[in-house]
Amino acid sequence: MVLPVFYTLLTDHWGRMAGRGRGRGIAAFTFNIEALGLSRGALPETALGPIPLFPPVEYKPVPLKSGEDEEYMLALKQEIRATMKNLPYNIPVPEEKPDVERYKEKYTQKVYKNKHNTWTPDWQRLPKELMPQKKKKTKPKVTKQVKATSKKEKEDLLSKLDELEKKDQKSDDETGEKAADEGEDEEGGEGVEGGEFDEEEAEEENDYIASYFEDGDDFGGGSDDNMDEATY
Amino acid sequence: MTAQEVRLCGLLLQEHFGEVVEKVGTHLLRIGPLSLRAIAHETSTPLDLVKKSLCVLLQHSLCSFEGTQKGPRGVVEYRASCERILRMLRYPRYIYTAKTLYGDTGELIVEEVLQRGHMTMSHAVQTVADRLTHNMEEGSSMEYSEVVSAFSRLVETHLLQRCPSVTEGPLPVASSGGPAASATVPTLSECQTERFNLPPITLKGKGKRRLSNEDNEAEQARGKRARLDDANTKTSGDEGIYWQVNFERFHQYFRDQAIIGAVASKLDQTSSEIVRTMLRMSEVTTTPTAAYTQPLSVNEIFRALPPSYSISRPVLEQYLTLLVDDPMEFVSKTGDSGGGMYAVYVHKVLTSLARATLESVVQERFGSRSARIFRLLLRKRHLEQKQVEDFAMIPAKEAKEMLYMLLSENLVQLQEIPKTPDHAPSRTFYLYTVNPLSTARMLLQHCYKTVANLIVRRLNETKENKRLLEKSQRIEAILASLQASGAEAAQLTEVEEMITAPERQQLEALRHHVNKLDSSENQVDETIFLLESHISSTMASR
Repeated sequence: MVLPVFYTLLTDHWGRMAGRGRGRGIAAFTFNIEALGLSRGALPETALGPIPLFPPVEYKPVPLKSGEDEEYMLALKQEIRATMKNLPYNIPVPEEKPDVERYKEKYTQKVYKNKHNTWTPDWQRLPKELMPQKKKKTKPKVTKQVKATSKKEKEDLLSKLDELEKKDQKSDDETGEKAADEGEDEEGGEGVEGGEFDEEEAEEENDYIASYFEDGDDFGGGSDDNMDEATY
Repeated sequence: MTAQEVRLCGLLLQEHFGEVVEKVGTHLLRIGPLSLRAIAHETSTPLDLVKKSLCVLLQHSLCSFEGTQKGPRGVVEYRASCERILRMLRYPRYIYTAKTLYGDTGELIVEEVLQRGHMTMSHAVQTVADRLTHNMEEGSSMEYSEVVSAFSRLVETHLLQRCPSVTEGPLPVASSGGPAASATVPTLSECQTERFNLPPITLKGKGKRRLSNEDNEAEQARGKRARLDDANTKTSGDEGIYWQVNFERFHQYFRDQAIIGAVASKLDQTSSEIVRTMLRMSEVTTTPTAAYTQPLSVNEIFRALPPSYSISRPVLEQYLTLLVDDPMEFVSKTGDSGGGMYAVYVHKVLTSLARATLESVVQERFGSRSARIFRLLLRKRHLEQKQVEDFAMIPAKEAKEMLYMLLSENLVQLQEIPKTPDHAPSRTFYLYTVNPLSTARMLLQHCYKTVANLIVRRLNETKENKRLLEKSQRIEAILASLQASGAEAAQLTEVEEMITAPERQQLEALRHHVNKLDSSENQVDETIFLLESHISSTMASR
């Protein structure tokens, strides 16, 4: 702690440490110290560091008031704290779900979802944006996109494949045919962007990827025609 | 919004509403008004949680919204109110005051309204009646009409007030903001004339007793009954009219109590009764920040005195003269009509009380001699070091040490008065002074920091002993269920012995500590109230 008075006295008004010209270590003042009524020994000790975190207290604090009023208010305070925890206004931190959904989670009930735990505010008094929005299903959006772009995609795909056909050798005809068939029949598979498609799902509700097995094309028979193509 | 205030607000929000609301609330306090998306983005909280927290904050009037014209379509900005959050510290005092004034019914009404932020009158009456019925003996129940009458009495004395109601009508829309802004943000306007008007409601019935048998059965039965209740009490005529606690009025009451207490301790009981009468008569006519109450004539005071204090007219006048002449200036004479017009000088009393608080703080921390120096400086404003030593009659060395101690704690300031244009230290006067207003503010911040520390310490203590607390709670639950199903005494003692004696001692010590910390919070809040009233009264009178 720097005592402001004596700091100003120790430096002259340009801020330099006074008395330095006399040699190191002699703290001399530029003024006549007796004139101010001070003596060298009367100066308090210089502080050697920051004050400790819990400094020793000279005077112990006065004890708290304790009476009927205070005890009642204490009880009230603790009661309020306890009840507020159970009111619906207390929003708990949502628990993080583990990576894998455990089987038991389906069967452990969240307790006490009775009327007292839910609360709906008066929406007329609040801005509309605070109302919880219902989540729309994403599927319809995606199918709409597909339907809107499907024709275009189909044409692009076909034209691209035609080009490829012309460029590459005959051995790729089959794959090209297959792809073209795919494009016509199912509008989907690996070539086109996008996730699941409604039509594909509507056709087959199983896990088999339909593109590998086509009713029209023989899997085994096709490759017999041309031995150049390697079968894996 | 100082750092200490924000910290304390955060702790209070966390205690009452959980961590999610605390995060949102402290962020709003630190940054200022923000829109919904900005809050969600900056606190990295999911949007629906932010929405829920804002709903909770708005329900309790801890936050307000405002439709602004920023952005392409106008954006709603939310602003948290630090002052209002700090009021949560004072809830026990409000409830206790309601109890002393209006009994158990009043107490429960105020408690319910405080816990829920704001509610309709019918809802309040029903919940309070149910709670009272629950505590009454078997067979009797609380009539709604009694609760309604208690409610109306609370409203008549302005302790409860109506919330601002939604007005129909478009917002003044600027050309850039679209009409969408006015549709999404309701305008809430306060109608001064209707603030304390009770709505006409039709509520007949009595409180329902909740049976607490087996938990499951009761829950099912409650569920059914709740549905039936919903069907029965759907409309009771006061939809949309919400009531909230009028903190200003409570503060006025606390202030009056402080003034009466001060008069009683300085003078005597009769003068405090006179001042109490004067304050009671000017309750509804005085604004909260007025420096003086309305002038009252001696005749009015005489007529309004409580019959138990039957003093004669000349004695009353003598008492009033005594109050006016007292150096504390409790009461001042403002005129001579009607036998003499007298008004209570509220501002001066608050200043004296705040000053007494400051002095007692100095005395308890630094000793009575430092307190003497402090009081001297308060009275004489500016003093040199030599003069301080002389007036306080303390030896020079000790006086110096004490002064520097007070200076380092910032309770006392140094004022330089240069004699020459270059501020040469040997030719400058250094005067010590105390600035009461800034010292009061500093002490107020210390108080906020104190309460925050107390809360943190209490949370820490409970966290350290969490295992023990949980164990004791489980054992209590077992005991309760055993007793309810009629177990023998031997079984009960067996269960009780599951907690060992040292654990019991530890629990007892923990309970004692927590009680002490809680009680300290309540009492520091009293000091906060005094200092806040003083500061607001001084700022209003400037």
